[in-house]
Amino acid sequence: MTVSIERTWTAVCPASVVPEFSGVAALVGGDQVAVFHVDGESWHALSNWDPCSGAAVLSRGIVGDAGGVPVVASPVYKDRFELTTGRCLEHEGVTVAVYSVRVRSGVVEVGSP
Amino acid sequence: MRTLVVAGHGMVAHRLVEAVRAADVDRQWRVVVLAEEPRPAYDRVALTSYVDTWDPAALALPGSDYAGDDAVELRLGDAVTSVDRDAKTVTTASGRVQAYDALVLATGSRPFVPPVPGRDLPGVFVYRTIEDLDAIRAAASQTGRGRRSAVVIGGGLLGLEAAKALRDMGLSPHVVEMAPRLMPLQVDEGGGALLRRLIAQLDVTVHTGTSTDVIEADGSRLLARLGNGTELDVDLVVFSAGVRPRDDLARESGLEVGGRGGVLVDSACRTSDPAVYAIGECAAVEDRVYGIVAPGYAMAEVVAAGLTGGSATFPVPDTSTKLKLMGVDVASFGDAHAATEGALEVAVNDAVAGTYKKLVVTDDGKTLLGGVLVGDAAEYNTLRALVGRPLPAEPGALLAPAGGAASVGVDALPDEALICSCNGVSKGTLTRAITSDGCDSVGKLKACTRAGTSCGSCVPMLTKLLNACGVEQSKALCEHFGQSRAEIFEIIRATRMTTFSEVITRYGTGTGCAVCKPAVASILATLGNGHILGGEQVTLQDTNDKFLANIQRNGSYSVVPRIPGGEITPDKLMVIAKVAQDFGLYTKITGGQRIDLLGATVDQLPEIWRRLVDAGFESGHAYGKALRTVKSCVGSTWCRYGVQDSVALAIELELRYRGLRSPHKIKSGVSGCARECAEARSKDFGVIATEQGWNLYVGGNGGATPRHAELLVSDVDTETLMRTIDRFLMFYVRTADRLQRTAPWIEEMEGGLDHLRAVIVDDSLGICEDLDAAMAKHVEGYTDEWRGVLEDPEKLARFSSFVNAPGTPDPSISFREERAQKVPVMLGVPEVRR
Repeated sequence: MTVSIERTWTAVCPASVVPEFSGVAALVGGDQVAVFHVDGESWHALSNWDPCSGAAVLSRGIVGDAGGVPVVASPVYKDRFELTTGRCLEHEGVTVAVYSVRVRSGVVEVGSP
Repeated sequence: MRTLVVAGHGMVAHRLVEAVRAADVDRQWRVVVLAEEPRPAYDRVALTSYVDTWDPAALALPGSDYAGDDAVELRLGDAVTSVDRDAKTVTTASGRVQAYDALVLATGSRPFVPPVPGRDLPGVFVYRTIEDLDAIRAAASQTGRGRRSAVVIGGGLLGLEAAKALRDMGLSPHVVEMAPRLMPLQVDEGGGALLRRLIAQLDVTVHTGTSTDVIEADGSRLLARLGNGTELDVDLVVFSAGVRPRDDLARESGLEVGGRGGVLVDSACRTSDPAVYAIGECAAVEDRVYGIVAPGYAMAEVVAAGLTGGSATFPVPDTSTKLKLMGVDVASFGDAHAATEGALEVAVNDAVAGTYKKLVVTDDGKTLLGGVLVGDAAEYNTLRALVGRPLPAEPGALLAPAGGAASVGVDALPDEALICSCNGVSKGTLTRAITSDGCDSVGKLKACTRAGTSCGSCVPMLTKLLNACGVEQSKALCEHFGQSRAEIFEIIRATRMTTFSEVITRYGTGTGCAVCKPAVASILATLGNGHILGGEQVTLQDTNDKFLANIQRNGSYSVVPRIPGGEITPDKLMVIAKVAQDFGLYTKITGGQRIDLLGATVDQLPEIWRRLVDAGFESGHAYGKALRTVKSCVGSTWCRYGVQDSVALAIELELRYRGLRSPHKIKSGVSGCARECAEARSKDFGVIATEQGWNLYVGGNGGATPRHAELLVSDVDTETLMRTIDRFLMFYVRTADRLQRTAPWIEEMEGGLDHLRAVIVDDSLGICEDLDAAMAKHVEGYTDEWRGVLEDPEKLARFSSFVNAPGTPDPSISFREERAQKVPVMLGVPEVRR
């Protein structure tokens, strides 16, 4: 038998309000989620909470790449997190939660983790 | 615990105390310093620069008051007057009797005044201490007719320094030297002739090969009659005819003295009494007296080692000299006078370029013995280090104008070659520091070896050594750009590109990062590309620039309106107070004379700023790598000591440079008099008022590595001052590395402050017109960034905590109360310890 996992999607904003290489914060079921638009069709979402500083700020970081892998740098102490895995490049073993994200009819939707 | 008594507190005595305290880890010694002068040891080598500020603090040696060190007692103004070697005690001028286990005589030397009749007349001075200069200044500033003049008797190093000081005080100096040339000890005939010509061009009248026969009073003036029949009608006379060791204490207590004076000591600096040492200019080491500071420092280290269980002997000192006299380079090293038997001299005298260079070599022409450089001493470091070594090329080739010794390279030097003669650091020591101790920058080499920390002339050699050791001094901005920030600046300026995307596509790789994006954004802003949040630029900015506020540890922001010069009306103060009250902000006065409002959420920022802008405030750029504040004292308007209106100038400067994006923050200050209440010398550019105008200091900062700013130009009018600051800032903005303050920028600049002055004052690169135009464009193009946000709905829309819940505040930001104000509560606990 097949187990299907139902993912709930929350619409957060029109895709047009998030420029390439930038992020926004959204409230999704009480959680703070940082949604990033890398370029073109490439979107990622992480928990907004920066484990290195203890502040909910990741959405306000600069989006770029480290060796070709897309990352966001926390605005507080500049620790970088991979957008695909949530892994922190500066501190081994530190990660942030990764959320699903998709664009439907020009609207950005965040899925439950 | 034993007692070490030090008689005297000059530079060498201070070095001794420092060295003893550093080595005496189990505190065997209590140190009692008995000083004649009323102030702690100061930088006597730089005495002439006292004329720039008339501030003794500018000459202070770090740590020379031993504050906080309970093992050292420093007694000022109480000289040792006698020594009882049997009882092992000294008696001071105040009558204090102090027992010692070891006594170090560091009494220095006294100016030699030849027995010229009239030498005791009022208006006749010597040149050795801060008090001497104060007395000369007092005499020089008495009102008199016309331009005042002075005669300096003695045309050696110190005499020329004295002439410079007198010239800087506004007098016309004459210099009288017995020998046929100036600086007879350091330079030869050819060098002396050129030196005379260069010095004469600087409004100094030189008389050589003649004595001074008599000084006579002539009313309020003095008449100096020279041996050659010349009569000089002057306002004052300064003797600087050499110094004599102060060995009186030794003579009176029966210690042996040298044949030409000086306390006779062996190579461990011990006198004929094993409990008594002598160091510095009062000592005759193996019957030779040294009148410069470096050998004195070596003696201090030798005695400190001996007292603390080590052993060391005085090395054969390097009496090489390099100095800049009134802008003229003079250097001599090794056997400058070809005294070695069979020595040959090779000289190039270029009257057009104003340079004289001579090398002294062995009779086979293969080994360097010494030399003299006048007019251009760029090759001094390399040549000095080559003394006693085989020459890497023909002597004539080394003196050739292009590809000279400066291009020989550090490879040619042996490991024993002294790179830093001030601190005795050899090439071998530096190489080890680079290869074994991981020093990979000039800064680390300085910290690790002390090389380059005194006069700084060897700093270019340190860079070359790093390169020679294969330490890649990569200037690449980050993994996305192989170019340095300065190179990227020039690329963007030349190509007129206006977006990061274009720059990285054409000149970089990948998509950029938190290093290169803000750096390029800053360059784009400097070059005038509209609002810093316009178009793509918003995605390049650090959070502070993105929200035009300073992020705090809990993700809230602080707000700092500009208060130019720190001047603010009560009405405006009330606006700030009311805004803080209405939005519940924590308030604190900043170090830059303005007010910080903390604890605002991103949603609150536009409303706070609407109130501030309506009341006439504008962005203070506290969040930007940009001009922060120009701090000021109250100045001549109110202060009974002020000589210029420092507040008006500070406001003018702050408004002129506000909004200028730069590699790092820029701070400034203006003081209305030499008391320096605005702390201008701790700023990137600081201005201090003088009776005649303004002195401009550059390259200072507070912070983790505090540094005093250095004098760039003096006594200039306001227009010249502004033009110089315009060029200074624009040159800095164009050429500094990312996050490099002005202090390290100047330190790492080849040629240092002199080069900077050449570029922005003398226009040696021919770029001043361009720098002026760039600053004019900045001043003209300035607009308030916050007003720009408030007027643009698209930019305003970004100031919300949650894109899907505008108006909902960030629930993770909360506060508690402390001392009647709110402070942040961290709800999330960081996983990483800092």
